[in-house]
Amino acid sequence: MKKQYERSLKGVKQEMTFITRDNLLVFLRSIIDSGKELYAPQLRAEKIFFLPVKDVSSVVFDYVQTVESPKELLFPKVERMLSYHYVDGKMNVTDCSRGQKTADRVLFGSRPCDAIGLKTLAEFFRQDIPDTFVQRRQDSLTVVSMSCAGSDENCFCTSVGAGPGDSTGSDVLLTPVRDKRYLVECLTEKGKFLVESEKELFDEGEEINKEEYLTKLLQTFSHKEIAGKLSGAFNNPIWDEASLRCLGCGACAYVCPVCSCFDIQDEGNSRKGDRLRCWDSCGFALFTLHTSGHNPRPTQSTRWRQRVMHKFSYMPERYNLLGCVGCGRCSRACPADMNLKEELNALDHILEEGRQRVEERQ
Amino acid sequence: MSLDNIYNPYLMRIEKVTEEAPGVKTFRLDFTDDSDRERFAFGAGQFGEYSVFGEGESTFCIASSPTRKDYIECTFREAGRVTSALARMEAGEVIGFRGPYGNIFPLEEWKGKNLLFIAGGIALPPMRCVIWNALDMRDWFKDITILYGARTVDDLVYKHELDEWGKRTDMKLVTTVDPGGETADWKGKIGFVPTVLEQMSPTSSNTVAIVCGPPVMIKFTFPVLEKFGFDSEMIYTTLENRMKCGVGKCGRCNVGSVYVCKDGPVFTYRQLQSLPPEY
Repeated sequence: MKKQYERSLKGVKQEMTFITRDNLLVFLRSIIDSGKELYAPQLRAEKIFFLPVKDVSSVVFDYVQTVESPKELLFPKVERMLSYHYVDGKMNVTDCSRGQKTADRVLFGSRPCDAIGLKTLAEFFRQDIPDTFVQRRQDSLTVVSMSCAGSDENCFCTSVGAGPGDSTGSDVLLTPVRDKRYLVECLTEKGKFLVESEKELFDEGEEINKEEYLTKLLQTFSHKEIAGKLSGAFNNPIWDEASLRCLGCGACAYVCPVCSCFDIQDEGNSRKGDRLRCWDSCGFALFTLHTSGHNPRPTQSTRWRQRVMHKFSYMPERYNLLGCVGCGRCSRACPADMNLKEELNALDHILEEGRQRVEERQ
Repeated sequence: MSLDNIYNPYLMRIEKVTEEAPGVKTFRLDFTDDSDRERFAFGAGQFGEYSVFGEGESTFCIASSPTRKDYIECTFREAGRVTSALARMEAGEVIGFRGPYGNIFPLEEWKGKNLLFIAGGIALPPMRCVIWNALDMRDWFKDITILYGARTVDDLVYKHELDEWGKRTDMKLVTTVDPGGETADWKGKIGFVPTVLEQMSPTSSNTVAIVCGPPVMIKFTFPVLEKFGFDSEMIYTTLENRMKCGVGKCGRCNVGSVYVCKDGPVFTYRQLQSLPPEY
């Protein structure tokens, strides 16, 4: 894409690839027919979720954001890691990663923020000692994202270095243009493979300016500046005030595309059962509670601080990964109306004022 | 332990159970698979995830020395769901073990130095591995001193080894119990660990101090060591934040951007001073 823009600046018109809505539905059907599992936004109880597609007519095209992120495609809510069975005086353990089903899957309609989220999640699980459960699922997943023509008050991707047409993490990115047509960008080998398998459905057309078709989303803060300010903000009283409303319910972590904390639990009895990995949240009091009763993060404010610090300071510092993609789901899901975008803006102001006061004193 | 699935445990048979103190037991564990035993290696300070099938996993250190091959030992207090289930198990039964995880005490760096071990209560186990490691390589080090305290005489763990260390002439052992915790025939000291340490007036010259204990003991021990001139880089301790995965994924043991499971559990006091107080 970049190259195409660069060339067009020199006055050389480039052909671009497009697909019509009708052909897109045919394309989706062909994905299912080829034996792949297709996940796309669909209605469930009047809300939109990424669900397995049986009939492409149920795919929803008009939505800002799904309720849950697509992270379950890499990192399921509950995952069996091993099974154990005590037979004839011997404990037998079955490694569940061995027989792990790695069906080829296609995710359709993820927003650019979600594609970045999936990429971040996979990169995090790959650090140091790679987690093969996540790795295998990522290897067999093709991500066909849809640029955003609309946004709502909770979206803030432009403040965390992304944007409504960002192609990071997507294998194919579609951008809706006029007359129910979509601009098609093939970004990876996986994406090219998928598109070329049905290439008669796509057509070439005159170059357009993609930006014109994207929603305009004002940047309200800079995640890089926030990271810098957070490093000195551990003991700032803002954490207490900002977290007074927090119920510690963990909804924000469950809908977050990047949150990856988990618990390991056994289900079964001493003779037969499974060892499971289940989503967990740093917002829960039990999360860090020692058996002795000591808790390094004993209050909701220390847990809220961990959530923000982890995403915007610790992850960038340690892994050069940002723990937030600006999808706004945490704000939409919060039963106490906490809004991450507003909180970060407030934090930015307060920390900036603090910094200026220190400068004045010096 | 499969390399494919990082959460798959070794199967280990309980070879021997030792009652150390009320609610505290030591297991000697051996691999059920010979190739696992041959492949396995660890260093003093490392820990593992011990599991009882059907109950779950629990994190604690390897309490035996890497110089003692063919088995590992762990010492635990019956406290939560998993440790209570472990406590009900007997020799011959099989448990799961994942590890070794975390960093090690830098014994190579300590060559030619005096070692001063300071431990309280159930925190002697994470230090026992390095104590035996040092004693098994006695000529590497100059003076070796152990100060160990517990609430009561009953709560002292490794009583047989305390007897053995007390009799050795190439090291010094000081034991103490909290006031009121003594018995009629108690021959050790009476007083809190930091107080007894102060009475010992330890030399900081060419000496490494290794401190393990409950948070309150550690809190009052560091200032005493500083008073006697110990540099914060020469004071070592281990952190014991709650863990699930042991490999930096589950997200609960971090202290700032540091993971106790990967960057620790061994830290110098100097390192701790640069971290937020979330441990």
